[in-house]
Amino acid sequence: MKRRTLLAALLAAGATGPLGLGAIRAETGPLRIGITPVFLDNQTGFIDRWRDYLESRLDRTIVFKQRSTYRQIMDLLLGEELDFAWICGYPYLRFQYALKLVAVPLYHGEPLYQSYLIVRADDHQTGSIADLKGRIFAYSDPDSNSGFLVPQYQISALGEDRETFFRKSFFTWAHEKVVAAVATGLADGGAVDGYVWDTLAVRNPELAGRTRIVSKSRKFGFPPIVASRTARDEETRALQQVLFGMAGDPEGQLLLGELNLDGFSQQDIALFNGIGDLIDALSMS
Amino acid sequence: MLDNLSLRHKIPLRIALLALLVAVAVSGSILLRAHEVFEEDLKLSSANMGRILSRSLTSAMLHDDVWKAYEVINTPFGLSSTQGALQAKVVIVLDRNRQVYVSTEPDQYPILTDLVAANDELAALSRELDDELLLEQQLIAGSAFSNLYVVTPIVSDGVLIGTLIMGYSEEIFTQRFTTFAGRAALTTLLIIVLLVPVAAYWGRRFAEPLVDLASCMSQVGSEAPESVECDLLEVRGNDELAQLNRQFRLMLAELRDKADLERQMIAAERLAAIGRFTAGIAHEINNPLGGMLNATNTLRRHGNLDPLTAKTVNLLERGLLQIRDTVSALLVEAKTESHPLTQQDVDDTRTLVTPVAAGQSIQIEWRNELTGEIEVASTLVRQVLLNLLLNAIQATGEKGHVACTVRSAGDALCIEVGNSGEQMSDETIAHLFEPFVTGHDSGRGLGLWVTYQIVTELNGTIEVSSGSADTLFSVHLPLPLQEAA
Repeated sequence: MKRRTLLAALLAAGATGPLGLGAIRAETGPLRIGITPVFLDNQTGFIDRWRDYLESRLDRTIVFKQRSTYRQIMDLLLGEELDFAWICGYPYLRFQYALKLVAVPLYHGEPLYQSYLIVRADDHQTGSIADLKGRIFAYSDPDSNSGFLVPQYQISALGEDRETFFRKSFFTWAHEKVVAAVATGLADGGAVDGYVWDTLAVRNPELAGRTRIVSKSRKFGFPPIVASRTARDEETRALQQVLFGMAGDPEGQLLLGELNLDGFSQQDIALFNGIGDLIDALSMS
Repeated sequence: MLDNLSLRHKIPLRIALLALLVAVAVSGSILLRAHEVFEEDLKLSSANMGRILSRSLTSAMLHDDVWKAYEVINTPFGLSSTQGALQAKVVIVLDRNRQVYVSTEPDQYPILTDLVAANDELAALSRELDDELLLEQQLIAGSAFSNLYVVTPIVSDGVLIGTLIMGYSEEIFTQRFTTFAGRAALTTLLIIVLLVPVAAYWGRRFAEPLVDLASCMSQVGSEAPESVECDLLEVRGNDELAQLNRQFRLMLAELRDKADLERQMIAAERLAAIGRFTAGIAHEINNPLGGMLNATNTLRRHGNLDPLTAKTVNLLERGLLQIRDTVSALLVEAKTESHPLTQQDVDDTRTLVTPVAAGQSIQIEWRNELTGEIEVASTLVRQVLLNLLLNAIQATGEKGHVACTVRSAGDALCIEVGNSGEQMSDETIAHLFEPFVTGHDSGRGLGLWVTYQIVTELNGTIEVSSGSADTLFSVHLPLPLQEAA
């Protein structure tokens, strides 16, 4: 798994080149923003409203691009077909050389979130991931911190073989679908973005209610919004200004309310040290 | 009990029964066909669904994407939840090792469960699958299975990478079929409701003539033909019913004719017997009568009779003459020589009766159509005509009218005398031509007797018909030319 990821990253970097296609991008062209399932990205209505908001504040055409996996968005981002993207902290750290940190959402007042280990609501036995040994497990995405890296680390920490710990595991390519897979019984357990689960508990309590949180991980840097090499500094600053200002503007507050977030903040890459620790730990094991 | 039921009810009942049988048979055959169609439908659509799903599953399984496979097999479930739609109850995808790769019922068939271990039914299914190479789609059903299973291979580049099993509950099928059967039953009921009045109408139409016929027939034999009362409506067409109707009416008419004929014969024979009887008596009387008249004649011629004797002889002679008149009136002499009948002879008769008629203010409608001479004894015809006319005038009463027609109808002479007098009873008509029968105070009652005798002598016929409006005497006298021939 890991080898393939690195290979893809090298290929992406090679194709981009030092100058990049973004350099010749027209100044007035649309701003291309990639979004991933780090939030409930299937709310098309909300996404349209958010795009309209950004367009009116930036006075630029915005194009939101969605793909079925993190990897595809990362490929677009590194291939300079996207100017900005809302991605997970894990791929950000891995490709930080090509990306700039733009903004980090504030959840419950801080730019942090957790990974939840969930099981079916009627499973009262499972007390930790150790109890799920030899069971079926649902990850969200191989490029997700909360939905993959964290449980992988937890298995490692148990001294178990990550490849054989579960009888079988699979990816659902979205946190919400991890909840669904666990809720229907397809998987005995799953790892999910705690912010997504919390939000789902409000938006779709029926689904979330069919799962139970076994444990919450320690806090990590919240999935950030990053800029690719094609994004000009003034564009980055303008976007930051709009995102940071959302909390102080009624319309922005409304949108933040729908996102279940408090606002956006400027952060340093050091915020993601926790994720970096996990990467290091796993690469050593 | 049913045997005694009238056709009026029996026929509609039978038609209704037939309609019911036909409706049931038709509905039954349609249901049977529907059953087959449903079955084919189920097989076809499930087979198609299997093929579609297996194709989508190929890439998911090649990439070991359990979630995508799960979404694929759940697609049909999201499509429609309409009642009766063909929807799989359970979909199971097996991997190469015949373990559950993914299923729509993870609780029942968790990932990596052995098919054999899942439950008895799937274990049996697994055994069925052993026999085949599994590269073909199969339909597995039977008494061992509660569901119909469609087993579709998931193939990539000719290599079997998995197996798709779709289980269709028989309940869907049964439910659909029951719905259909219910509708068919309703339609059948509707047809019967519509058909029963029609059946009743047709049955009645068919039964009514038969019922009438039966009631008429029951009268025949027990009652005299002429008093059989039935108004048989004529049945149109030429079917058996119409034939029966026609034949029956013909038979009834013939029976009536026969009865008439018998009555006429009896009357004629009685009259003939009376004739012979009177003739015999008349001869027996005539012989001594002639002697007695000779004796009285001799007495008057030769004897100087004292006044008392002369008076007595006169009295005797008058009495004897009266007897002779009466007797000779009884003895109709047809052998009288006379000239052929002419128009004038007939008109003379009119002249004779006109004063009598005028006395009673009776109008005589006279139609004399004779031309030339008719070879029939004019004296006798005149007597007949005179008798009938006087009779008619007498029967008419004041201010009535009498009609007389005399014509030659080729081979016969027809005399018709009608009057507007009172209708005669059947009883009167039966004895009308007998001697000394009289409908009035004057006369001896020999007029019609004599007429009858003359007509009989001349080989003719005389008929009487009497209605409320008029009474008609018709005489037919065959012409001698015919007789000679």
